[in-house]
Amino acid sequence: MSATTRREWLLSDTPSSRSQARWGRRYQLWLAFRRNWLAVAGLAVVVLMLLLAIFAPLLATHDPGAQQLANRLQPPSAEHWLGTDELGRDSWSRLLYGGRVTLGMVVAVVALVAPLGLIIGCVAGYAGGMVDKVLMRVTDVFLAFPRLILALAFVAAMRPGVESAVIAIALTAWPPYARLARAETLTIRNTDYIAAVRMTGASPWRVIWKHVTPMCMPSLTVRVTLDMSSIILTAAGLGFLGLGAQPPIPEWGTMIATARRFILEQWWVPVIPGIAIFTASLAFNLLGDGLRDVLDPKQR
Amino acid sequence: MIEVEHLNVHFGSNHVVRDVSFRVAAGETFGLVGESGSGKSTVLRTIAGLNAGWDGRMAVAGQALGPRRDRAFFQRVQMVFQDPYGSLHPRQTVDRILAEPLEVHGIPDAESRITRALEEVALPRTARFRYPHQLSGGQRQRVAIARALIADPSVLLLDEPTSALDVSVQAEVLNLLSDLREARQLTCILVSHNLAVVAHLCERLAVMQGGRIVEILSEAELRAGQARHSHTQDLIALSHELEG
Repeated sequence: MSATTRREWLLSDTPSSRSQARWGRRYQLWLAFRRNWLAVAGLAVVVLMLLLAIFAPLLATHDPGAQQLANRLQPPSAEHWLGTDELGRDSWSRLLYGGRVTLGMVVAVVALVAPLGLIIGCVAGYAGGMVDKVLMRVTDVFLAFPRLILALAFVAAMRPGVESAVIAIALTAWPPYARLARAETLTIRNTDYIAAVRMTGASPWRVIWKHVTPMCMPSLTVRVTLDMSSIILTAAGLGFLGLGAQPPIPEWGTMIATARRFILEQWWVPVIPGIAIFTASLAFNLLGDGLRDVLDPKQR
Repeated sequence: MIEVEHLNVHFGSNHVVRDVSFRVAAGETFGLVGESGSGKSTVLRTIAGLNAGWDGRMAVAGQALGPRRDRAFFQRVQMVFQDPYGSLHPRQTVDRILAEPLEVHGIPDAESRITRALEEVALPRTARFRYPHQLSGGQRQRVAIARALIADPSVLLLDEPTSALDVSVQAEVLNLLSDLREARQLTCILVSHNLAVVAHLCERLAVMQGGRIVEILSEAELRAGQARHSHTQDLIALSHELEG
């Protein structure tokens, strides 16, 4: 199929199959998204960082754990592209492997948090009454804690490490999604199209799962993408405080923490992971902004 | 087919339907007329099971209705809503909307049923995989009618099915409803504020004011100008004024 006919097939006003209608809709969204070059740049950077993290073993020039004490705190050179850290380990390789840990934590948190918040919010909003009251008070309890403090307390109570950091961040990150999903559900539940679905005799679970959640997905996706940067910062913050990933695991926050003594003399050592955190946060924010312009029906 | 006795509906402290009683025979089309806020749509939605907080007695096909309706009820009774722009799920194609009732009731042969349902409401095959926003108002209302009829109900509740449409499309949709009613022997309740529409489709009608039925009369009596209650006479005078 050539490029023009594929385009026509996607933009057809009279799709002839389920999949054509679905792909056509996605293509329309992509066309709208593409017009915002900042968002496309954000997406490109996010994809690039994920690829770098995934292919870290192929791209790394050194073993991220190999120490060369004679070669410590070197500036960038042909041998060590981004220099070496305080134990003579290659910063470029550690940055790549650190991306695996940091971005992996973000993905794990989102995978835990988004479905949980969505289900709790939709059920509370759709059921109303007692169910709503109980679920929302539980949400309020978690919302009342400052995020980093609860995460700190939780990690301190458990064993410091990547898994506990993920669980701790997840515990504090879901309530806003539940609130958002509930608010969306409240506006949807009294519409005629949901009344029509109820009149098919579908069970409440089916109504929520098949008809309410798809309407909550766009705003939730936007919110999650915008929150990615703060999740990265919290993950890095926990690492910096020594409660996230433990040395010698390379993690961007931990890398800054261990190198912070050299900020005046060998500034590139802590600055390089700092730039990585900054770039990732910015890219996710730009991507989220672009997604909001495309997905949020209230903006159109 | 449908019996409603001493129906009262409360929304919180608002008493919106007061002591409403009527009967609709099988195959009959019954009209509910009144101004906005007279409670006519509320009666319909209460029969459909979309309102809680009612008392009185209601029965469809001899079976008394409780606070919760079972799946068999929804296979027998279906509804067409007033606003075709609001009654179709904005993220589902026509195909998906029509497939949903079949999936819920476990009716086999979805493919041919959907094709037939689209033919029945005179929608082109090309409309099948479109989203609601790609259809006109009249086409959307046809989709809503097809959805209501796809599981073969015997009772159809019509909540001002044409009032959100252009005048030219109104007649088409009314004729479609009237043909389908003939072909499928449907029992219908039609809610409308438009006496002409009600007179066109209904054998008998009830006039509502302030949550009460003030008069029940036949279409012949309406045409002969034999309305007894002053509110009915007002409505008739008003519709003549609008037409003339």
